Amino acid sequence: MFEAILLTVITAATPLVVAALGELVTERSGVLNLGVEGMMIMGAVSAFAAAQLTGSPYIGVLAGIAGGAIFSLLFAFLTLTLVANQVATGLALTILGLGLSGQLGEAFVGKPGIKLQPIVFPVLSDIPFLGRVLFSQDLIFYLSIVLVIGINWFLFRSRTGLKMRAIGDNHASAHALGINVIRTRYLAVMFGGACAGLAGAQLSLVYTPQWVENMAAGRGWIALALVVFASWRPWRLLAGGYLFGAVTIGQLHAQAFGIGVPSQLLSALPYAATIVVLVIISHNRRTTLINTPASLGKPFVPDR
Amino acid sequence: MKKLVIALAASAALLGGFANGAQAQEKKKVCFIYVGSKTDGGWTQAHDRGRQELDKALGDKIETPFLESVPEGPDAERAIERMARSGCAMVYTTSFGFMDATAKVAAKFPDVKFEHATGFKAGPNLATYNSRFYEGRYIQGQIAAKMSKKGLAGYIASFPIPEVVMGINAFELGAKSVNPNFKLKVVWANTWFDPGKEADAAKALIDQGVDILTQHTDTTAPMQVAAERGIFAFGQASDMIAAGPKTQLTAIVDTWGAYYIKRTKALLDGSWKSEQIWDGLKDGILTMAPYTNMPDDVKAMAEETEAKIKSGELHPFTGPINKQDGSAWLKAGERSDDGTLLGMNFYVEGVDDKLPK
Repeated sequence: MFEAILLTVITAATPLVVAALGELVTERSGVLNLGVEGMMIMGAVSAFAAAQLTGSPYIGVLAGIAGGAIFSLLFAFLTLTLVANQVATGLALTILGLGLSGQLGEAFVGKPGIKLQPIVFPVLSDIPFLGRVLFSQDLIFYLSIVLVIGINWFLFRSRTGLKMRAIGDNHASAHALGINVIRTRYLAVMFGGACAGLAGAQLSLVYTPQWVENMAAGRGWIALALVVFASWRPWRLLAGGYLFGAVTIGQLHAQAFGIGVPSQLLSALPYAATIVVLVIISHNRRTTLINTPASLGKPFVPDR
Repeated sequence: MKKLVIALAASAALLGGFANGAQAQEKKKVCFIYVGSKTDGGWTQAHDRGRQELDKALGDKIETPFLESVPEGPDAERAIERMARSGCAMVYTTSFGFMDATAKVAAKFPDVKFEHATGFKAGPNLATYNSRFYEGRYIQGQIAAKMSKKGLAGYIASFPIPEVVMGINAFELGAKSVNPNFKLKVVWANTWFDPGKEADAAKALIDQGVDILTQHTDTTAPMQVAAERGIFAFGQASDMIAAGPKTQLTAIVDTWGAYYIKRTKALLDGSWKSEQIWDGLKDGILTMAPYTNMPDDVKAMAEETEAKIKSGELHPFTGPINKQDGSAWLKAGERSDDGTLLGMNFYVEGVDDKLPK
């Protein structure tokens, strides 16, 4: 029973964590891309279409990553090269993504999906209880954990990560030091797009292996909120994603169990819990400010 | 001066000609507002099927523009008003949540005819139409009681509105007519359309031990989960057999086409009146998808019930029926009136859930 709940929580939390990790990197470079929902849904449709056409869900995963990354290039070009307003462009990206994916996916509606099967680690998955939960999951779950560790290392232990954070904190100074701000930001935005695309692939290949229009149903926005919730730190983000997933799934079980609490209240619980935790961790204003990328969302035009 | 007169006359003739030509070509616009995407595989797709049938039947006289994925709330009013302003002669708004917005816009445009699905607010130029889905749900309940080994089904509900509560009760009553101890677990997803959340709700119910699943949400995700976990399920709004070829027992299929054709014809010949229409199985506004994946005797029972409902011999809400707390609602043989059903805000006995208020 408890194991079954955990398995459902992992499926629900993975797309949030993956998409939010990508956005975390983008924002650490000082770019605010509100188009996560749009990139996610483009990833979902690309992944589903590629899996259908080739019969391989793994090619689907690659296509999802590529779909999200290519779509994010549009945002990068508009905001970094043409210096368009990031907030407005991000919103436009979401709206465009929802429409475009509906158009592209029309031929695939109602087609039975191809599920990305779990990869079972032979010995580890035999560990009682946690073994099955942690070591017989699909590729995207493992990737999400690798991403958390990798991004944490990249941001706080690598030289390139340090440079990227410098850009996010003060792009003028970074530029003066000879760091290529625009190129780094292009890469960061594309990484964010790739992660959102991967999250989308999880939706259409693992979570609910099917394609329906607007199937992300707001998960991109939750991912965006998670980044702020986590104060731009990968491990907190992982914890936040799982907290949100656990409360979401927990309230459904509570309902099915029949505990007699009004369902509207239970449905609001994930959001309420998120706010409470946010209040607690942002209690210390100084540490919050240290983590916030200072040039977030600000346009950058190199002076020469 | 003469030249000017000729020029004026010529342009007047030209304008007149255009106007005439335009009138000959101009088709009446019969417009649709959808809450979801027209390819959602469920509710909205069923309405769009109806629209296409209407287009096929009367396409030489009308055109049928539509707006899809219109969110319920303030945006809906804007969308409906845009439709009315763009010259629609008639607007069908196809979700319960469009009720207030439709009523507001209808008051502003007295010359446009409005029809709102599943609501209860009518006006001189605002009709309502609905389908007696509960008839289908009663049949599903009977099938569930025959097919479930545990005598326990799971119900994925959307919002606690009378329509949904009525469906839950009808399902339970159908089940109890076969197995008096049948229990029903309900999970409120608080959404009509979110594949992921619907799937999560399905998984939660299955993990809590139900072995039959039914849904009052719009996507095929619950059917897919049921298929994966190897239990039976019922489809909603559209035939969902493709999502669960070995899973779907039957589905309530909304067949709005005939209704749309009938009402649009009335609009064209001028006989349209504001009415509150509530049609059922016998009128063909809903049909049952083929009874599959069940033994012949269950199928025979379902078909017999369907025939009895159509003939009027059987009304699902016929007493004796107790409310959830055990107090009496209908006496033996007494049938519920439509008003009570349309405002239903209580469970019948056997539903294992606390109704959200």
